[in-house]
Amino acid sequence: MTENVKSRIEAAYQALAEEARDQKETFDQSPLPKIHIGMASCGIASGALETQAAFEAALKDRGVEAHVHTVGCLGHCYAEPVVIIDHPDSGFPPILYPEVTPGKAKMLVKLFLEGGDPRFEHIMGATVENEMIPSVMEFARFNREKRVVMERCGKIDPEKINEYIAQGGYGALVKGLGRTPESIIAEIEASGLRGRGGAGFPTGKKWQFARNAAGSDKLIICNADEGDPGAYMDRTLLESNPHQVIEGMMIAALAVGATRGLFYVRAEYPLAVRILTTAVDQARELGLLGTDILGSGLDFDIDLFQGSGAFVCGEETALIRSVEGFRGMPRHRPPYPVEHGLDGRPTVINNVKTLATIPPIVEKGADWFRGIGTPGSPGTAVFSIVGNVTHPGLVEIPMGVTLRELIFDICGGIPKQKKFKAVQIGGPSGGCLSADFLDTPVDFDELRQAGAMMGSGGMVVMDEDSCMVDVSRYFLDFTQKESCGKCTFCRVGTRHLLNILQRLTRGEGKEGDIKQLETLSRAVQQGSLCGLGKTAPNPILTSVAYFKEEYEAHIQEGRCPGCACRTLTAFYIDLDKCARGCDACVACCPVDAVFTTSTRKKGIDQELCVKCGECMVACPPEYDAVVKISPAHLAPIIERPSEKKS
Amino acid sequence: MIILTVDGRSIQAPAGSSVLSACLFADIFIPHLCWLESDTVADAPAACRLCFVEIDGFSEPVTACTVTVENGMMVHTDTEAVRSLQKTALKLLLSVHKVDCKNCPADKACSLQDIAKFLGIGLGCKPFERVLKELDVDSRHPAFDYYPNRCVLCGLCVRICRDRHEQPMLSFAGRGFNTVVGYFAETSDTDPDCLSCRGCLDVCPTGALVEKSQV
Repeated sequence: MTENVKSRIEAAYQALAEEARDQKETFDQSPLPKIHIGMASCGIASGALETQAAFEAALKDRGVEAHVHTVGCLGHCYAEPVVIIDHPDSGFPPILYPEVTPGKAKMLVKLFLEGGDPRFEHIMGATVENEMIPSVMEFARFNREKRVVMERCGKIDPEKINEYIAQGGYGALVKGLGRTPESIIAEIEASGLRGRGGAGFPTGKKWQFARNAAGSDKLIICNADEGDPGAYMDRTLLESNPHQVIEGMMIAALAVGATRGLFYVRAEYPLAVRILTTAVDQARELGLLGTDILGSGLDFDIDLFQGSGAFVCGEETALIRSVEGFRGMPRHRPPYPVEHGLDGRPTVINNVKTLATIPPIVEKGADWFRGIGTPGSPGTAVFSIVGNVTHPGLVEIPMGVTLRELIFDICGGIPKQKKFKAVQIGGPSGGCLSADFLDTPVDFDELRQAGAMMGSGGMVVMDEDSCMVDVSRYFLDFTQKESCGKCTFCRVGTRHLLNILQRLTRGEGKEGDIKQLETLSRAVQQGSLCGLGKTAPNPILTSVAYFKEEYEAHIQEGRCPGCACRTLTAFYIDLDKCARGCDACVACCPVDAVFTTSTRKKGIDQELCVKCGECMVACPPEYDAVVKISPAHLAPIIERPSEKKS
Repeated sequence: MIILTVDGRSIQAPAGSSVLSACLFADIFIPHLCWLESDTVADAPAACRLCFVEIDGFSEPVTACTVTVENGMMVHTDTEAVRSLQKTALKLLLSVHKVDCKNCPADKACSLQDIAKFLGIGLGCKPFERVLKELDVDSRHPAFDYYPNRCVLCGLCVRICRDRHEQPMLSFAGRGFNTVVGYFAETSDTDPDCLSCRGCLDVCPTGALVEKSQV
């Protein structure tokens, strides 16, 4: 590339950046208050649309002027809808408010925007250090994170490309355009970046293979077919900052010499699809996509393909089949897609987070990236942490942080003073780790050694009330239903594994079941065709290894230690605790199994009880009289008084 | 020609062929269900998971249909690990197979019978329980009946149909355990090609597709 072309690219970019910065400056320096509302799917599900409408209505009613600025997700799902109010005239720094209901929104317009009182009782903290209000940075949830991929999430409007450009967006692309493909690949290889889709294959190596592959018509696919239960990192990223992913894809294209890109997004992510479509259109309008990008003479454009809801299509060969118009069934590898991919063309398939990590690496260099994380797994990991944790949500941490720090320090530990039992990492392909593994650092190799896997970032935390047999059953049910049915071990083997687990949860386990689970699991691991089948037994193998006593209790005693398997569990009412005259449990029982005894206390008819647990929820905490017990026959029998004639 | 050693015997095979086809041509039997003679390494479906062999240099047993022959390759078809995987795979297939040979048109010409005999096991499926699909016969196709509980989902019929007809009529349908061979046609009229072709009927190794008039 001649110096002439380089300066032309630089000039074209600077023109875009200048306009974007001007817009940002005008917005930032506006004296009007700014209301930033998190509007990714998580926020909307918690009522952010209603909150937005309430703000707008209240502003109009009261004649208050303010900017309502919709942004992506900050990652604090436990606090949605999250709103940041920046009210310069009040003298307060920008303040983060959690759980802003429409009522709170109206109140804040009246009392804070109009009255200048930020209502301290509703504040989580200020978003910047200051002398007036404690900053959110004092919380571990904020200060222990290290944001590379999610740096701009929740700060910019994902549907306005200029907000991304004003923060230096597409600067890495300009750098990339000025470099040789070899030097970009060398930089990524030197950074040690490993694929964030789960398996952790070195990204630089993958690109090098595709670069070396014969054929000129190369392709980059971004795999956004996120499907693990409880995982939503990719969705949130695409909904909060799609341009960082697009920029990463463009740099990948430069590196391998591709002219086309494809986003494979699941159709169940309508908001992500909409935002991504807008983002691609806007990039094209500014000349960042299409022909002769920024005057460089290079062409690259992006299409979008919506996956139709098959989990197995996250497997790269099945993904390719489905784009080609066939049933999404994996095929044997090799040949790998980097050599023989979509329609036989060399195809690089990268996860959303992998691509989003590229621009910062190109911008700041491989050494900077290597400075984060562990030697074997540099960089950060984005997890969606769900289940029994106090502060669920999206967390980005440097690799090497231990599970204990992540779950207890950063995410606030287990709620309701319950005990930690297990953490499930890597979804249906991953494993359940017990408390003994809490000091395992988050790292591709360490987690694999423990029997789990990094996966794409789903993490489910379980407390003492979870049954590990039932959790295995849940995951096997999932993989059995999502198996494409092509190969024998996965199609039939997972079915038998599921059948055994179902029997165990019903208390029909037999001697030898554990052994058969292990033997068949190993056979399915070894014999299956693709990654789905090869990893499907992991939840069983890890839980049998670390929670064997739970399996044994199910088989030998018909007892479910977590009191979660319905057949093995009964509810009863502790008569010493039950208060006379309170009818909460009677009223909530859907099958009229709760009755009043002659002493006006309550009893449960075990014949009728469907074990929904509603009475346990309804019983006021000061009585706490409903007890769960396993095995079911241990529940004391309380006679139902014969019907009185009225 | 490539020269490789299989179970201590030196055999020859054309370059580019798979270990499976090399062995079969040299009269070394490796159990298989989903493989067609014309399959190359790249397009073998590798679905039935029966043709496992051990090859020096590989840490685990591999499917012979997906490995290209190389000079000096040392292949073992009769190791404990291989046989154990093959027996498990066959038993898994038998566990979802309605064993009723007397009333099956494929009796004595059935690949499952052959492979079971070769591996020295019966047609039982212990330790697995037998699990059958609810639907015994699908008679929607005008030319043949489909027996889901005989089908081993080798996919040969689907592939033959796709190879021979511009608009194939057969495809896989359903997911997981409920996967079946399904067919789609816009009208209930017999596709004129079906009975003259008979490709799927002839290729089925287990009597899962039966011509209607035979019933």
